[in-house]
Amino acid sequence: MIQITNASKTYAARDGSTVHALSGIDLEIADAEFVSLVGPSGCGKSTLLRLVAGLAPASGGLIDVDGETVDQPRRDIGIVFQSPTLLPWETVLDNVLFPLKIMHSMSPDAPDRARALLRLVGLDGFEEKHPSELSGGMQQRAAICRALIHDPDILLMDEPFGALDALTREEMSLELLRIWTDQPKTILFVTHSIPEAVLLSDRVVVMSPRPGRIAEIINVPLPRPRTFDMEGLPEFQERSQHIRSLIFGDRGGRHGAAT
Amino acid sequence: MALQPRARWLSGFGQEVALPVAVMATLVVIWEISVHAFAIPVYLLPAPSRIWVDSAAMAGTIWGHTVATLNTVLIGFAVSIFISLPLAVALTSSRLVANAIYPLLVLTQAIPKVALAPILVVLLGSNELPRIVVTFLVAFFPLVIAIATGLLAVPGELIELGRSYKASKLQELWRIRIPYAIPFIFSGLKVAIALSVVGAVVGEFVNADKGLGYLIVSSTAFFQVPVAFGALILLSLLGVVLFQAVVVAERVLFPWSAKQSQGAIG
Repeated sequence: MIQITNASKTYAARDGSTVHALSGIDLEIADAEFVSLVGPSGCGKSTLLRLVAGLAPASGGLIDVDGETVDQPRRDIGIVFQSPTLLPWETVLDNVLFPLKIMHSMSPDAPDRARALLRLVGLDGFEEKHPSELSGGMQQRAAICRALIHDPDILLMDEPFGALDALTREEMSLELLRIWTDQPKTILFVTHSIPEAVLLSDRVVVMSPRPGRIAEIINVPLPRPRTFDMEGLPEFQERSQHIRSLIFGDRGGRHGAAT
Repeated sequence: MALQPRARWLSGFGQEVALPVAVMATLVVIWEISVHAFAIPVYLLPAPSRIWVDSAAMAGTIWGHTVATLNTVLIGFAVSIFISLPLAVALTSSRLVANAIYPLLVLTQAIPKVALAPILVVLLGSNELPRIVVTFLVAFFPLVIAIATGLLAVPGELIELGRSYKASKLQELWRIRIPYAIPFIFSGLKVAIALSVVGAVVGEFVNADKGLGYLIVSSTAFFQVPVAFGALILLSLLGVVLFQAVVVAERVLFPWSAKQSQGAIG
Protein backbone atom coordinates (compact mmCIF):
# COMPACT_ATOMS: atom_id res chain seq x y z
CA MET A 1 0.00 0.00 0.00
CA ILE A 2 1.20 3.49 -0.85
CA GLN A 3 0.32 6.19 1.65
CA ILE A 4 1.03 9.82 0.84
CA THR A 5 0.34 12.22 3.69
CA ASN A 6 0.47 15.99 3.23
CA ALA A 7 3.42 15.64 0.88
CA SER A 8 4.99 18.74 -0.61
CA LYS A 9 7.96 19.43 -2.82
CA THR A 10 9.69 22.75 -3.26
CA TYR A 11 12.90 23.51 -5.05
CA ALA A 12 14.98 26.57 -5.74
CA ALA A 13 14.65 27.98 -9.24
CA ARG A 14 17.65 29.40 -11.08
CA ASP A 15 16.75 32.96 -10.15
CA GLY A 16 16.74 32.04 -6.45
CA SER A 17 12.97 32.02 -6.00
CA THR A 18 11.24 29.01 -4.50
CA VAL A 19 9.06 26.88 -6.74
CA HIS A 20 6.22 24.95 -5.12
CA ALA A 21 5.99 21.84 -7.29
CA LEU A 22 3.65 19.98 -4.96
CA SER A 23 1.65 21.00 -1.95
CA GLY A 24 -0.58 19.17 0.51
CA ILE A 25 -0.87 15.89 -1.39
CA ASP A 26 -2.92 13.23 0.41
CA LEU A 27 -3.41 9.96 -1.40
CA GLU A 28 -3.79 6.33 -0.44
CA ILE A 29 -3.35 3.60 -3.02
CA ALA A 30 -4.47 0.09 -2.13
CA ASP A 31 -2.60 -3.06 -3.14
CA ALA A 32 -3.23 -4.12 -6.74
CA GLU A 33 -5.04 -0.87 -7.43
CA PHE A 34 -4.57 0.96 -10.73
CA VAL A 35 -4.39 4.72 -10.14
CA SER A 36 -3.69 7.36 -12.78
CA LEU A 37 -2.36 10.87 -12.28
CA VAL A 38 -3.75 13.30 -14.84
CA GLY A 39 -3.21 17.01 -15.17
CA PRO A 40 -1.77 19.76 -17.31
CA SER A 41 2.00 20.23 -17.69
CA GLY A 42 3.55 21.60 -14.53
CA CYS A 43 1.01 20.12 -12.14
CA GLY A 44 3.72 18.03 -10.50
CA LYS A 45 2.41 14.59 -11.46
CA SER A 46 5.85 13.35 -12.54
CA THR A 47 7.37 14.93 -9.42
CA LEU A 48 4.90 13.00 -7.26
CA LEU A 49 5.89 9.80 -9.03
CA ARG A 50 9.56 10.53 -8.40
CA LEU A 51 8.84 11.08 -4.71
CA VAL A 52 7.11 7.70 -4.47
CA ALA A 53 10.01 6.13 -6.39
CA GLY A 54 12.46 7.52 -3.85
CA LEU A 55 14.38 9.28 -6.63
CA ALA A 56 13.77 12.66 -4.99
CA PRO A 57 13.09 13.48 -1.34
CA ALA A 58 9.84 15.13 -0.30
CA SER A 59 10.23 18.62 1.15
CA GLY A 60 7.43 18.04 3.61
CA GLY A 61 4.93 15.38 4.59
CA LEU A 62 5.34 11.62 4.50
CA ILE A 63 5.43 8.99 1.82
CA ASP A 64 5.06 5.43 3.08
CA VAL A 65 5.15 2.19 1.17
CA ASP A 66 3.89 -0.78 3.19
CA GLY A 67 4.38 1.24 6.36
CA GLU A 68 7.98 2.20 5.61
CA THR A 69 8.97 5.78 4.88
CA VAL A 70 10.42 6.14 1.40
CA ASP A 71 13.76 7.94 1.52
CA GLN A 72 15.58 6.06 -1.23
CA PRO A 73 14.68 3.79 -4.16
CA ARG A 74 13.08 0.53 -3.09
CA ARG A 75 13.65 -2.95 -4.44
CA ASP A 76 9.94 -3.72 -4.65
CA ILE A 77 9.26 -0.89 -7.11
CA GLY A 78 9.60 -1.06 -10.88
CA ILE A 79 9.73 2.12 -12.94
CA VAL A 80 8.86 2.74 -16.58
CA PHE A 81 10.03 6.10 -17.89
CA GLN A 82 8.61 8.15 -20.72
CA SER A 83 11.39 7.07 -23.06
CA PRO A 84 12.41 3.40 -23.09
CA THR A 85 15.90 4.23 -21.67
CA LEU A 86 17.29 0.92 -22.91
CA LEU A 87 21.05 0.50 -22.93
CA PRO A 88 22.01 0.61 -26.61
CA TRP A 89 24.99 -1.75 -26.19
CA GLU A 90 23.03 -4.56 -24.52
CA THR A 91 20.68 -7.02 -26.19
CA VAL A 92 16.97 -6.84 -25.40
CA LEU A 93 17.36 -9.83 -23.08
CA ASP A 94 20.28 -8.25 -21.19
CA ASN A 95 18.36 -4.99 -20.94
CA VAL A 96 15.49 -6.81 -19.28
CA LEU A 97 17.95 -8.49 -16.91
CA PHE A 98 19.67 -5.18 -16.09
CA PRO A 99 17.91 -4.57 -12.72
CA LEU A 100 18.86 -8.05 -11.50
CA LYS A 101 22.51 -7.50 -12.43
CA ILE A 102 22.57 -4.15 -10.64
CA MET A 103 20.88 -5.60 -7.56
CA HIS A 104 23.11 -8.69 -7.63
CA SER A 105 20.09 -10.98 -7.67
CA MET A 106 20.68 -12.88 -10.89
CA SER A 107 19.42 -16.42 -10.49
CA PRO A 108 19.82 -19.34 -12.91
CA ASP A 109 16.17 -19.09 -13.93
CA ALA A 110 16.31 -15.31 -14.51
CA PRO A 111 16.92 -15.53 -18.29
CA ASP A 112 13.94 -17.87 -18.60
CA ARG A 113 11.76 -15.45 -16.66
CA ALA A 114 12.95 -12.61 -18.89
CA ARG A 115 12.09 -14.67 -21.99
CA ALA A 116 8.65 -15.42 -20.55
CA LEU A 117 8.04 -11.69 -19.94
CA LEU A 118 9.18 -10.83 -23.46
CA ARG A 119 6.81 -13.51 -24.78
CA LEU A 120 4.02 -11.94 -22.73
CA VAL A 121 4.49 -8.60 -24.53
CA GLY A 122 4.95 -10.22 -27.93
CA LEU A 123 8.70 -9.75 -28.19
CA ASP A 124 9.66 -13.41 -28.52
CA GLY A 125 12.30 -13.76 -31.19
CA PHE A 126 13.80 -10.35 -30.38
CA GLU A 127 15.78 -11.44 -27.31
CA GLU A 128 19.17 -11.18 -28.98
CA LYS A 129 18.43 -8.00 -30.96
CA HIS A 130 19.76 -4.61 -29.94
CA PRO A 131 17.35 -1.79 -29.02
CA SER A 132 18.17 0.16 -32.19
CA GLU A 133 16.66 -2.71 -34.22
CA LEU A 134 13.29 -2.32 -32.47
CA SER A 135 10.49 0.16 -33.09
CA GLY A 136 9.56 2.70 -30.41
CA GLY A 137 6.61 0.63 -29.22
CA MET A 138 8.71 -2.53 -29.04
CA GLN A 139 11.40 -0.70 -27.08
CA GLN A 140 8.83 0.51 -24.58
CA ARG A 141 7.51 -3.04 -24.24
CA ALA A 142 11.03 -4.21 -23.44
CA ALA A 143 11.26 -1.40 -20.87
CA ILE A 144 8.05 -2.66 -19.25
CA CYS A 145 9.54 -6.17 -19.08
CA ARG A 146 12.62 -4.68 -17.43
CA ALA A 147 10.43 -2.99 -14.81
CA LEU A 148 8.72 -6.34 -14.13
CA ILE A 149 11.75 -8.66 -14.06
CA HIS A 150 12.33 -8.42 -10.31
CA ASP A 151 8.60 -8.99 -9.73
CA PRO A 152 7.97 -5.69 -7.92
CA ASP A 153 4.76 -5.13 -5.96
CA ILE A 154 4.50 -1.59 -7.28
CA LEU A 155 4.84 -0.34 -10.84
CA LEU A 156 5.41 3.37 -11.37
CA MET A 157 4.84 4.54 -14.93
CA ASP A 158 5.72 8.07 -16.02
CA GLU A 159 3.84 8.74 -19.28
CA PRO A 160 5.09 5.42 -20.60
CA PHE A 161 3.17 5.66 -23.87
CA GLY A 162 3.64 9.41 -24.33
CA ALA A 163 6.18 9.07 -27.09
CA LEU A 164 4.21 6.49 -29.08
CA ASP A 165 1.80 7.03 -31.97
CA ALA A 166 -1.93 6.86 -31.24
CA LEU A 167 -2.48 3.35 -32.56
CA THR A 168 0.51 1.82 -30.78
CA ARG A 169 -0.59 3.66 -27.68
CA GLU A 170 -4.05 2.03 -27.64
CA GLU A 171 -2.53 -1.36 -28.30
CA MET A 172 -0.05 -0.87 -25.45
CA SER A 173 -2.80 0.23 -23.05
CA LEU A 174 -4.66 -3.04 -23.56
CA GLU A 175 -1.42 -4.96 -23.29
CA LEU A 176 -0.64 -3.29 -19.98
CA LEU A 177 -4.10 -4.24 -18.67
CA ARG A 178 -3.51 -7.81 -19.80
CA ILE A 179 -0.17 -7.93 -17.93
CA TRP A 180 -1.77 -6.34 -14.89
CA THR A 181 -4.52 -9.00 -14.88
CA ASP A 182 -1.86 -11.68 -15.27
CA GLN A 183 0.39 -10.29 -12.52
CA PRO A 184 -1.64 -7.99 -10.26
CA LYS A 185 0.43 -5.06 -9.01
CA THR A 186 -0.18 -1.64 -7.56
CA ILE A 187 0.19 0.72 -10.51
CA LEU A 188 0.66 4.47 -10.37
CA PHE A 189 0.35 5.74 -13.91
CA VAL A 190 1.12 9.31 -15.03
CA THR A 191 -0.50 10.36 -18.30
CA HIS A 192 -1.60 13.35 -20.35
CA SER A 193 -4.41 11.42 -21.97
CA ILE A 194 -7.80 11.54 -20.27
CA PRO A 195 -9.32 8.57 -22.19
CA GLU A 196 -6.22 6.52 -21.39
CA ALA A 197 -6.53 7.32 -17.68
CA VAL A 198 -10.25 6.46 -17.58
CA LEU A 199 -9.87 3.29 -19.59
CA LEU A 200 -7.04 1.92 -17.44
CA SER A 201 -7.71 3.05 -13.91
CA ASP A 202 -9.72 2.18 -10.85
CA ARG A 203 -9.30 5.80 -9.78
CA VAL A 204 -8.13 8.88 -11.63
CA VAL A 205 -6.34 11.56 -9.61
CA VAL A 206 -6.83 14.92 -11.33
CA MET A 207 -4.16 17.45 -10.44
CA SER A 208 -3.98 21.19 -10.91
CA PRO A 209 -0.85 23.28 -11.28
CA ARG A 210 0.97 26.05 -9.37
CA PRO A 211 1.31 24.65 -6.79
CA GLY A 212 0.64 21.07 -7.83
CA ARG A 213 -2.21 19.68 -5.77
CA ILE A 214 -5.03 17.19 -6.11
CA ALA A 215 -8.14 18.76 -7.62
CA GLU A 216 -10.35 15.70 -7.36
CA ILE A 217 -10.15 11.93 -7.25
CA ILE A 218 -12.59 10.21 -9.60
CA ASN A 219 -13.71 6.59 -9.29
CA VAL A 220 -14.10 4.66 -12.50
CA PRO A 221 -16.71 1.95 -11.88
CA LEU A 222 -16.43 0.36 -15.33
CA PRO A 223 -16.26 -3.45 -15.21
CA ARG A 224 -13.09 -5.35 -16.02
CA PRO A 225 -11.68 -6.50 -18.35
CA ARG A 226 -11.86 -3.16 -20.05
CA THR A 227 -12.06 -2.72 -23.80
CA PHE A 228 -12.08 0.23 -26.16
CA ASP A 229 -15.79 -0.37 -26.80
CA MET A 230 -16.39 1.05 -23.32
CA GLU A 231 -15.36 4.49 -24.54
CA GLY A 232 -18.89 4.74 -25.91
CA LEU A 233 -20.55 4.02 -22.54
CA PRO A 234 -22.20 6.96 -20.73
CA GLU A 235 -20.13 6.25 -17.58
CA PHE A 236 -16.96 6.62 -19.60
CA GLN A 237 -18.12 9.78 -21.37
CA GLU A 238 -19.37 11.34 -18.16
CA ARG A 239 -16.10 10.77 -16.32
CA SER A 240 -13.95 11.94 -19.20
CA GLN A 241 -16.04 15.07 -19.54
CA HIS A 242 -15.82 15.74 -15.83
CA ILE A 243 -12.03 15.34 -15.79
CA ARG A 244 -11.77 17.58 -18.82
CA SER A 245 -13.78 20.30 -17.15
CA LEU A 246 -11.61 20.00 -14.02
CA ILE A 247 -8.47 20.47 -16.07
CA PHE A 248 -9.63 23.06 -18.56
CA GLY A 249 -12.33 24.78 -16.49
CA ASP A 250 -14.73 26.71 -18.69
CA ARG A 251 -12.48 26.26 -21.69
CA GLY A 252 -13.38 22.56 -21.60
CA GLY A 253 -16.67 23.27 -23.29
CA ARG A 254 -15.12 25.16 -26.16
CA HIS A 255 -12.22 22.79 -26.72
CA GLY A 256 -14.24 19.68 -26.18
CA ALA A 257 -11.88 17.48 -28.17
CA ALA A 258 -8.82 18.35 -26.11
CA THR A 259 -7.18 15.38 -24.51
CA MET B 1 21.04 11.16 -68.07
CA ALA B 2 24.27 10.11 -69.78
CA LEU B 3 26.11 10.66 -66.48
CA GLN B 4 24.11 8.08 -64.60
CA PRO B 5 26.06 4.89 -65.32
CA ARG B 6 29.34 6.64 -64.57
CA ALA B 7 27.95 8.04 -61.33
CA ARG B 8 26.90 4.55 -60.32
CA TRP B 9 30.36 3.19 -61.02
CA LEU B 10 31.84 5.96 -58.90
CA SER B 11 29.50 5.45 -55.99
CA GLY B 12 30.69 2.02 -54.87
CA PHE B 13 34.16 0.51 -54.78
CA GLY B 14 35.26 3.05 -57.38
CA GLN B 15 34.70 6.13 -55.31
CA GLU B 16 36.14 4.71 -52.14
CA VAL B 17 39.28 3.01 -53.43
CA ALA B 18 39.97 3.40 -57.13
CA LEU B 19 39.39 7.16 -57.28
CA PRO B 20 41.83 8.20 -54.53
CA VAL B 21 44.44 5.72 -55.82
CA ALA B 22 44.12 7.14 -59.32
CA VAL B 23 44.49 10.71 -58.04
CA MET B 24 47.57 9.74 -56.02
CA ALA B 25 49.14 7.92 -58.93
CA THR B 26 48.56 10.90 -61.19
CA LEU B 27 50.22 13.25 -58.71
CA VAL B 28 53.25 10.94 -58.40
CA VAL B 29 53.59 10.79 -62.18
CA ILE B 30 53.38 14.60 -62.43
CA TRP B 31 56.03 14.84 -59.67
CA GLU B 32 58.35 12.41 -61.48
CA ILE B 33 57.98 14.16 -64.84
CA SER B 34 58.41 17.65 -63.34
CA VAL B 35 61.63 16.75 -61.54
CA HIS B 36 63.17 15.47 -64.78
CA ALA B 37 61.71 18.18 -67.01
CA PHE B 38 62.89 21.08 -64.85
CA ALA B 39 66.13 19.32 -63.84
CA ILE B 40 65.49 19.89 -60.12
CA PRO B 41 68.58 18.86 -58.10
CA VAL B 42 68.22 15.75 -55.94
CA TYR B 43 69.12 17.59 -52.72
CA LEU B 44 66.11 19.92 -53.24
CA LEU B 45 63.39 17.57 -54.43
CA PRO B 46 64.19 13.98 -55.38
CA ALA B 47 62.02 12.20 -57.94
CA PRO B 48 59.75 9.41 -56.60
CA SER B 49 61.84 6.83 -58.47
CA ARG B 50 65.00 8.10 -56.78
CA ILE B 51 63.33 8.00 -53.35
CA TRP B 52 62.35 4.40 -54.01
CA VAL B 53 65.80 3.33 -55.25
CA ASP B 54 67.75 5.01 -52.44
CA SER B 55 65.37 3.85 -49.72
CA ALA B 56 65.20 0.29 -51.06
CA ALA B 57 69.01 0.17 -51.05
CA MET B 58 68.99 0.53 -47.26
CA ALA B 59 65.72 -1.28 -46.62
CA GLY B 60 67.09 -3.27 -43.68
CA THR B 61 68.29 -0.18 -41.82
CA ILE B 62 65.04 1.69 -42.53
CA TRP B 63 63.05 -1.28 -41.23
CA GLY B 64 64.97 -1.08 -37.95
CA HIS B 65 64.20 2.65 -37.68
CA THR B 66 60.50 1.98 -38.44
CA VAL B 67 60.28 -0.65 -35.71
CA ALA B 68 61.93 1.75 -33.23
CA THR B 69 59.42 4.52 -34.01
CA LEU B 70 56.49 2.10 -33.94
CA ASN B 71 57.68 0.98 -30.53
CA THR B 72 57.75 4.53 -29.16
CA VAL B 73 54.35 5.33 -30.70
CA LEU B 74 52.66 2.24 -29.28
CA ILE B 75 54.12 2.57 -25.77
CA GLY B 76 53.26 6.29 -25.68
CA PHE B 77 49.75 5.54 -26.95
CA ALA B 78 49.26 2.78 -24.37
CA VAL B 79 50.48 5.04 -21.56
CA SER B 80 48.06 7.74 -22.80
CA ILE B 81 45.15 5.31 -22.56
CA PHE B 82 46.10 4.02 -19.13
CA ILE B 83 46.46 7.51 -17.73
CA SER B 84 43.60 9.22 -19.60
CA LEU B 85 40.85 6.83 -18.55
CA PRO B 86 41.25 7.17 -14.76
CA LEU B 87 42.00 10.87 -15.21
CA ALA B 88 38.76 11.43 -17.13
CA VAL B 89 36.83 9.43 -14.54
CA ALA B 90 38.34 11.56 -11.75
CA LEU B 91 37.64 14.77 -13.67
CA THR B 92 33.98 13.90 -14.14
CA SER B 93 33.41 12.41 -10.70
CA SER B 94 33.45 15.66 -8.73
CA ARG B 95 33.64 19.42 -9.16
CA LEU B 96 36.42 19.56 -6.59
CA VAL B 97 38.70 17.16 -8.46
CA ALA B 98 37.88 18.86 -11.76
CA ASN B 99 38.80 22.28 -10.38
CA ALA B 100 42.01 20.88 -8.90
CA ILE B 101 43.26 18.98 -11.96
CA TYR B 102 41.88 20.78 -14.98
CA PRO B 103 44.17 23.87 -14.86
CA LEU B 104 47.17 21.50 -14.61
CA LEU B 105 46.01 19.63 -17.69
CA VAL B 106 45.61 22.86 -19.63
CA LEU B 107 49.10 23.87 -18.53
CA THR B 108 50.61 20.65 -19.94
CA GLN B 109 49.01 21.57 -23.25
CA ALA B 110 50.24 25.15 -23.14
CA ILE B 111 53.88 24.03 -22.88
CA PRO B 112 55.40 23.64 -26.36
CA LYS B 113 56.41 19.98 -26.43
CA VAL B 114 59.34 20.64 -28.75
CA ALA B 115 60.73 23.04 -26.16
CA LEU B 116 60.10 20.60 -23.35
CA ALA B 117 61.79 17.64 -25.03
CA PRO B 118 65.44 18.68 -24.45
CA ILE B 119 64.66 19.42 -20.79
CA LEU B 120 63.08 15.98 -20.45
CA VAL B 121 66.24 14.43 -21.84
CA VAL B 122 68.26 16.15 -19.11
CA LEU B 123 65.72 15.07 -16.50
CA LEU B 124 65.14 11.48 -17.60
CA GLY B 125 68.38 10.61 -19.35
CA SER B 126 69.29 9.89 -22.92
CA ASN B 127 67.07 6.88 -23.49
CA GLU B 128 63.61 5.77 -24.61
CA LEU B 129 61.85 7.34 -21.62
CA PRO B 130 61.85 11.04 -22.66
CA ARG B 131 60.53 10.05 -26.11
CA ILE B 132 57.66 8.11 -24.54
CA VAL B 133 56.89 11.00 -22.19
CA VAL B 134 56.78 13.47 -25.10
CA THR B 135 54.56 11.11 -27.08
CA PHE B 136 52.25 10.82 -24.10
CA LEU B 137 52.16 14.59 -23.51
CA VAL B 138 51.24 15.23 -27.14
CA ALA B 139 48.61 12.48 -27.36
CA PHE B 140 46.79 12.23 -24.04
CA PHE B 141 44.94 15.53 -23.76
CA PRO B 142 42.37 15.10 -26.55
CA LEU B 143 41.80 11.58 -25.25
CA VAL B 144 41.05 12.82 -21.71
CA ILE B 145 38.66 15.43 -23.10
CA ALA B 146 36.91 12.89 -25.36
CA ILE B 147 36.47 10.36 -22.54
CA ALA B 148 35.28 13.03 -20.08
CA THR B 149 32.80 14.35 -22.65
CA GLY B 150 31.49 10.81 -23.20
CA LEU B 151 31.15 10.13 -19.47
CA LEU B 152 29.17 13.35 -19.05
CA ALA B 153 27.04 12.83 -22.18
CA VAL B 154 25.06 9.99 -20.57
CA PRO B 155 21.37 10.99 -20.61
CA GLY B 156 20.00 11.79 -17.17
CA GLU B 157 17.36 9.12 -17.68
CA LEU B 158 19.95 6.33 -17.86
CA ILE B 159 21.56 7.58 -14.65
CA GLU B 160 18.12 7.75 -13.05
CA LEU B 161 17.45 4.20 -14.24
CA GLY B 162 20.57 3.05 -12.42
CA ARG B 163 19.64 5.00 -9.32
CA SER B 164 16.15 3.52 -9.26
CA TYR B 165 17.78 0.10 -8.85
CA LYS B 166 20.21 1.46 -6.27
CA ALA B 167 23.27 1.12 -8.50
CA SER B 168 26.49 2.00 -6.67
CA LYS B 169 28.78 4.70 -8.11
CA LEU B 170 31.06 1.96 -9.38
CA GLN B 171 28.19 0.09 -11.06
CA GLU B 172 26.97 3.34 -12.58
CA LEU B 173 30.44 3.95 -14.00
CA TRP B 174 31.05 0.42 -15.18
CA ARG B 175 27.59 -0.54 -16.45
CA ILE B 176 26.28 2.79 -17.72
CA ARG B 177 28.80 5.62 -18.08
CA ILE B 178 31.79 3.84 -19.62
CA PRO B 179 29.80 1.76 -22.14
CA TYR B 180 27.90 4.89 -23.12
CA ALA B 181 31.20 6.72 -23.61
CA ILE B 182 32.71 4.03 -25.91
CA PRO B 183 31.96 5.89 -29.18
CA PHE B 184 33.44 9.07 -27.65
CA ILE B 185 36.46 7.13 -26.37
CA PHE B 186 37.13 5.76 -29.85
CA SER B 187 36.92 9.16 -31.50
CA GLY B 188 39.46 10.28 -28.88
CA LEU B 189 41.65 7.22 -29.60
CA LYS B 190 41.65 8.06 -33.33
CA VAL B 191 42.98 11.55 -32.58
CA ALA B 192 45.42 10.19 -29.99
CA ILE B 193 47.00 7.57 -32.28
CA ALA B 194 47.62 10.20 -34.97
CA LEU B 195 49.15 12.55 -32.38
CA SER B 196 51.27 9.70 -30.94
CA VAL B 197 53.12 9.50 -34.25
CA VAL B 198 53.73 13.26 -34.12
CA GLY B 199 54.91 13.00 -30.50
CA ALA B 200 57.30 10.14 -31.20
CA VAL B 201 58.91 12.04 -34.09
CA VAL B 202 59.30 15.18 -31.95
CA GLY B 203 61.00 13.04 -29.32
CA GLU B 204 63.32 11.49 -31.91
CA PHE B 205 64.24 14.88 -33.37
CA VAL B 206 65.57 15.98 -30.01
CA ASN B 207 67.26 12.86 -28.78
CA ALA B 208 67.51 9.48 -30.42
CA ASP B 209 69.94 7.11 -32.09
CA LYS B 210 67.26 5.32 -34.04
CA GLY B 211 63.75 5.87 -35.37
CA LEU B 212 62.32 7.46 -38.51
CA GLY B 213 62.48 10.96 -36.97
CA TYR B 214 66.18 10.41 -36.26
CA LEU B 215 66.64 9.08 -39.80
CA ILE B 216 65.16 12.28 -41.26
CA VAL B 217 67.46 14.48 -39.15
CA SER B 218 70.58 12.43 -39.86
CA SER B 219 70.00 11.87 -43.58
CA THR B 220 69.24 15.54 -44.31
CA ALA B 221 72.43 16.42 -42.42
CA PHE B 222 74.32 14.30 -44.96
CA PHE B 223 72.24 15.55 -47.92
CA GLN B 224 70.66 12.11 -48.36
CA VAL B 225 67.38 13.84 -49.15
CA PRO B 226 65.77 10.85 -50.95
CA VAL B 227 66.14 8.75 -47.80
CA ALA B 228 64.58 11.55 -45.72
CA PHE B 229 61.64 11.57 -48.11
CA GLY B 230 61.40 7.78 -47.83
CA ALA B 231 61.26 8.08 -44.03
CA LEU B 232 58.60 10.76 -44.34
CA ILE B 233 56.44 8.56 -46.56
CA LEU B 234 56.88 5.64 -44.17
CA LEU B 235 55.82 7.83 -41.24
CA SER B 236 52.65 8.85 -43.09
CA LEU B 237 51.90 5.22 -43.92
CA LEU B 238 52.51 4.30 -40.29
CA GLY B 239 50.00 6.95 -39.21
CA VAL B 240 47.36 5.73 -41.67
CA VAL B 241 47.82 2.06 -40.74
CA LEU B 242 47.64 2.76 -36.98
CA PHE B 243 44.54 4.96 -37.45
CA GLN B 244 42.84 2.22 -39.44
CA ALA B 245 43.84 -0.31 -36.77
CA VAL B 246 41.87 1.75 -34.22
CA VAL B 247 38.89 1.90 -36.60
CA VAL B 248 39.00 -1.88 -37.09
CA ALA B 249 39.40 -2.49 -33.35
CA GLU B 250 36.21 -0.50 -32.70
CA ARG B 251 34.30 -2.42 -35.38
CA VAL B 252 35.43 -5.78 -34.02
CA LEU B 253 35.18 -5.10 -30.29
CA PHE B 254 32.20 -2.72 -30.19
CA PRO B 255 30.14 -3.13 -33.36
CA TRP B 256 27.24 -1.11 -31.91
CA SER B 257 29.59 1.78 -31.25
CA ALA B 258 31.09 1.69 -34.74
CA LYS B 259 27.58 1.73 -36.19
CA GLN B 260 26.78 4.83 -34.15
CA SER B 261 29.88 6.79 -35.05
CA GLN B 262 30.04 5.76 -38.70
CA GLY B 263 28.09 8.82 -39.74
CA ALA B 264 30.39 11.23 -37.93
CA ILE B 265 33.92 9.83 -38.14
CA GLY B 266 34.62 6.85 -40.44
